Amino acid sequence: MASISEDAHRAHRSPVDQAGGVAPVAAPPAGPPARRRTSGVGWRTRAEIALLAGPALGVFLAFVIFPVVMAAYYGFFSWQGYGPPTEFVGLRNYVTILTDPTFHDALRHNAFIVVMSLVLQGPVAVLLALLLNRPLRGRSVIRVLIFVPYVISEVVVGTGWSLMLATNGALNDLLAKVGLDGLAQEWLSDPDVAIWTLMGIITWKYVGFAVILFLAGLQGIPEELSEAASIDGASYWQVQRRITLPLLGPTVRIWAFLSIIGSLQLFDLVYIIWGQYVASTAGTSTMATYMVVNGRNAGSYGYGNAVAVVLFVISLVIALLYQRFVLRRDTDGAITGGKR
Amino acid sequence: MAATTLDTRARARARRGANAGTRRSNALVYVVAVLLVSAILAPVVYIVLGGFRTNSQITTDPSGLPGPWQVGNYLDVLGGSLFWQQAGNSTVAAVATTLGVVSLGLMASYVLARYRFRGRGAMYAVFAAGLMFPMTVAITPLYILVRSLGLMGSLGGIILPQIAFALPTTIIILVPFLRAIPDEIEEAAALDGCGKLGFFFRMVVRLAVPGVVTVGILAFVASWNSYLLPLFILSNEASYTLPLGVQAFASQYSVDTARVLAFTSLSMLPALVFFSLFERRIVGGLTGAVKG
Repeated sequence: MASISEDAHRAHRSPVDQAGGVAPVAAPPAGPPARRRTSGVGWRTRAEIALLAGPALGVFLAFVIFPVVMAAYYGFFSWQGYGPPTEFVGLRNYVTILTDPTFHDALRHNAFIVVMSLVLQGPVAVLLALLLNRPLRGRSVIRVLIFVPYVISEVVVGTGWSLMLATNGALNDLLAKVGLDGLAQEWLSDPDVAIWTLMGIITWKYVGFAVILFLAGLQGIPEELSEAASIDGASYWQVQRRITLPLLGPTVRIWAFLSIIGSLQLFDLVYIIWGQYVASTAGTSTMATYMVVNGRNAGSYGYGNAVAVVLFVISLVIALLYQRFVLRRDTDGAITGGKR
Repeated sequence: MAATTLDTRARARARRGANAGTRRSNALVYVVAVLLVSAILAPVVYIVLGGFRTNSQITTDPSGLPGPWQVGNYLDVLGGSLFWQQAGNSTVAAVATTLGVVSLGLMASYVLARYRFRGRGAMYAVFAAGLMFPMTVAITPLYILVRSLGLMGSLGGIILPQIAFALPTTIIILVPFLRAIPDEIEEAAALDGCGKLGFFFRMVVRLAVPGVVTVGILAFVASWNSYLLPLFILSNEASYTLPLGVQAFASQYSVDTARVLAFTSLSMLPALVFFSLFERRIVGGLTGAVKG
């Protein structure tokens, strides 16, 4: 089953190669050499291509590309969402967004979530993956359990956690029971605490995904290398630090990319736990909750779409920079050398 | 010769040393693992056990265990029609999304993997670029599009966008998979008079099963848990999927915490069961550790 492992490896790598940027995407992964001249495609082949790829292409263009283009278009209008947009306002929506302190707050929260997600989840997940990569009884059970929070829906996570973290909820009660009353907090409503609460929940929910991804990366590292290092007298931790970690680099960089993009788009958890109005006062609003609250919920669709465009441009710029400066060596290797 | 023996011996010694070290520190690893698993499971256990308590138990002792155990909350939820209706809606949406993604994605991936034609690179780029367009960005125009198609409040209105947004990942996973099918098989089929289309329906559909299962599970779980799209599209309670249902239930019965917890834990059950049935496929697919 070597082919599957190779494919899985490539599969978890390629989305990022592709997602990294629009321009470099144009080159498809190196395929089999041309068996036929491209120009010699007959009508029959054309029909087959249209029949097989047509439906997917149609659905995709209609429900992904078209809405994204329309978001950019609607963003130039002041529009309540009924009838065709007529009140063209040029860049006014964008001026409003970029000068709105509430949006600045949301942007700051997103930046905080991006950085803290990397700082909190990365090291924890690497350590856990290293531990779980060792021969261990019950390892597969542990792997499944680690994945549980990731599989549970955001709504369940949000509902459960908000009950536990309520002022008279289970966590504060538990702290009192063990004599740590001093640590009891207004977990959800104190603006200084709430963002950390959110970070805790995010870490709990998504660290399992990072661990699984890193375990996948560790599987791809040939054992001979660490064996050879052990022969040369390297200790376990030396082997991990000098050999395993650098070889895990590409996986970590890809995880970091996914984590950054995910953190920028964060919506569900915040909206479910803090609701649409409390998020801004509790200090946990994000660009996406700002978009929904000030767009759809306020009945200003033009404005909401402009926020979506800002969110998209920020994600795109970060993705392109990341691709240019961080992922470059990985994708270079992938294109020129095939496997590491 | 001598060098080889020496090398083998040294390797064996190194491995023995490593094993001894492993055994010594395994106790520590187990402790860490147990702590970790408890931290991960505690909130889930809280939700499930909370459903077995009464509201007065929860109020007087928020972090306690059920005593005595109550099954009334669970029976209430399971006896009512609301839960079953929403679970049914979620199932229909998830199954239809999965079938759509798998069939459309497989056909398109086959074209991208095994046909050579002008514009193939561009087509691949269009799909791949979709990864850059998260649903959050497109949600308002999507809502307007679905409304003008007359699909508001119907499951079709979430199924079609879900298929579309799952296609990029699907295609990116399946294209290398289909490309790995040896050319010889296709050539042999061609000698037997089987065209590319026949090859697809007779061979590829079967050969692609492992890749399709991985992709299908990802699409199913994503659909089962999806929140933003149903929030915009499903306006009437009769069409709610479970995530919306849980939220509606939680705000409607906010004083009846025990019943909310029962409803919530029942709603996560199907996803957990489904996941643990196919866990090997997901974890295996990700870790590349599928053996045999």
